[in-house]
Amino acid sequence: MAAVTETIETVQAATEGTYKWGFETDIEMDFAPKGLNEGIVRFISAKKNEPAWLLEWRLKAFAHWQTMTEPTWPSVHYPKIDFQDAFYYAAPKQGPKSLDEVDPELLKTYAKLGIPLKEQAFLAGVEGAGESAADARMPIAVDAVFDSVSVATSYKERLAKDGIIFCAISEAVHTHPELVQQYLGTVVPTGDNFYAALNSAVFTDGSFVYIPKGVRCPMELSTYFRINAKSTGQFERTLIIADEGSTVSYLEGCTAPMRDENQLHAAVVELVALDDASIKYSTVQNWYPGDAEGKGGIYNFVTKRAQCRGKRSKVSWTQVETGSAITWKYPSCVLLGEDSVGEFYSVAITNNYQQADTGTKMIHVGARTKSTIVSKGISAGHGQNTYRGLVRVAPTAKGARNFTQCDSLLIGDQCGAHTVPYIENRCLTAKLEHEATTSRIAEDQLFYCRQRGLTQEEAVGMIVNGFCREVLKELPMEFAVEAQKLLQISLEGSVG
Amino acid sequence: MLRIQGLTAEVDGKQILKGIDLEVPTGEVHAIMGPNGSGKSTLSYVLAGRDGYVVTGGTATFNGVDLLALEPEARAAAGVFLAFQYPVELPGVGNANFLRTALNAVRRGRGESELDAMQFLKLARARMKELNMPEDMLKRGVNVGFSGGEKKRNEVLQMALLAPQLAILDETDSGLDIDALKIASDGVNALRGPNFSALVITHYQRLLTYIVPDRVHVLMGGRIVRSGGKELALELEASGYGAAQAA
Repeated sequence: MAAVTETIETVQAATEGTYKWGFETDIEMDFAPKGLNEGIVRFISAKKNEPAWLLEWRLKAFAHWQTMTEPTWPSVHYPKIDFQDAFYYAAPKQGPKSLDEVDPELLKTYAKLGIPLKEQAFLAGVEGAGESAADARMPIAVDAVFDSVSVATSYKERLAKDGIIFCAISEAVHTHPELVQQYLGTVVPTGDNFYAALNSAVFTDGSFVYIPKGVRCPMELSTYFRINAKSTGQFERTLIIADEGSTVSYLEGCTAPMRDENQLHAAVVELVALDDASIKYSTVQNWYPGDAEGKGGIYNFVTKRAQCRGKRSKVSWTQVETGSAITWKYPSCVLLGEDSVGEFYSVAITNNYQQADTGTKMIHVGARTKSTIVSKGISAGHGQNTYRGLVRVAPTAKGARNFTQCDSLLIGDQCGAHTVPYIENRCLTAKLEHEATTSRIAEDQLFYCRQRGLTQEEAVGMIVNGFCREVLKELPMEFAVEAQKLLQISLEGSVG
Repeated sequence: MLRIQGLTAEVDGKQILKGIDLEVPTGEVHAIMGPNGSGKSTLSYVLAGRDGYVVTGGTATFNGVDLLALEPEARAAAGVFLAFQYPVELPGVGNANFLRTALNAVRRGRGESELDAMQFLKLARARMKELNMPEDMLKRGVNVGFSGGEKKRNEVLQMALLAPQLAILDETDSGLDIDALKIASDGVNALRGPNFSALVITHYQRLLTYIVPDRVHVLMGGRIVRSGGKELALELEASGYGAAQAA
């Protein structure tokens, strides 16, 4: 027994407090003054050289935000945030227009983040850098977000051939103002919730995607997010529109540098799927979760929502949440079109003192709409994990169907798992199913694996990956491999 | 050579092993027989290093290596394999993935190169053919939804792949029909050789007609009370354990 304890301590010493991607780059930042007021909103808009309508839109959101209060219903606990004690604009000083101009520091950062070499090659404009046949068949276009400003966009030309628009939203505002104006804020209105209003007022950048009618996007679209400046809140704004009969798969991956102060991240993602369109949105989130005592770490307060406006449209959210000190996130689907489909597949891990309150909302409005929810929550250390989900069926949603499955896995006896399903059904012909389980990693499972030569960490990783299999198989192949590694890394030292 | 001297161990504060002395020379297969509650499974768990099985005295070495000082996975890498009486289910974990991870972990421990997926599949299929096992066992979750017999065969497959130097079979025969028993026995017999030793733990003589032991030991009340050749198993079958203790 003593030997076992000693080994675990050694492993902990080797893994904790040394967040694998904890580092900072020293790129000169161009800050707006600290604090938040109408002047800051105007500053951001002016920095981006935005049209008047967008400034108006921001100001309206800001006015709304000032009348709102932070939500207190999630089961997460943290000291009160002083919104005046943060910077709301930070951008690399040189605003590179082409890849040649990309600051070598940034490229170094990507290397450290482990962005796959071939994607770096894409960033550098090298074609055919894929190693395997699968890679070659399915190249990934990267719209890399460094702090608040998109600095590099690749494969734009290939995409342009099909009429696909994939660029920074700040760019789209200028190049495709009619699309942005038509859709921005129509899925998540400026006053939707406290953090969405804040984001609408001060968002700095993010991704914009438009897939034209009948086009199947030839590659996975991928954005890497990073939070890089001290005390800089991060307010991404992403808008994806899939026109009639189009298909797109979008990947979002995140890691962040180590720091002591808590950082606020309040992104908004809006998805619109028209008739027969299909959007797959996959996230692997690995932001700094805070140290073993719960100090530091990212606050992730995100609003993600999709509207299936068209008939037979489909939106599928897949998320693997391993990072952040606090996660508050409910990727949702509003199923308006007849026969539209919403899916939510989620893995959320909380270790040490991490807290997660995450889930989804499936709002059935159209007839014969279908939704599937598969949530896998894993709690270790002192982690607290809450699944919170709403399934609402309107009287118009005749023959609607929902299947919900929530499974919780506990590692150790200091953590918690909570399931809070809300079901509001106003339609007699709807069919709703809900299943939930809670289990522990059993000692005999661990011993069985270790007797076969696996280390404690490998055994936990394998058992947890097995538990999450139904969700991981929904991820694009490359992302799935990354996610499996992350699950294991996130739980290192959690069994003792 | 497995050498156990004066081994005592307790579970939940209760002493189960009360001084085991046992030597299994390299290349030999020894059987341990005994009634329920005599400490047979405890002995196998202590040798494999399961948490909660606390060694209070004595030593156990394998080829000169102090087993009791090693983590369970290090014992596995040192060549110790335990075929479980009740194989554990791992939901969602593919059998092929599990087997390959285990094999590579053990190979790493031995300083051998790891096998990639194709090399592994080739090896696994060959072993499965030898053991007359259906190939779909590779595709299923580890032991999930397996019948009792399938679980035991899966243990034998793992043993065949990992090719241990010391195999401990904890009542592998329990719950097996005669065909499965034969497959399991074939698995062990295929490994027999000058560098392979085994401890076969069983209630019944039946298994020992297929795996013929070099020596038979009777474990009762936490001690080896009698040792002999393979004929001892037949004698026990005829006269029972009570007589063994008396003798």
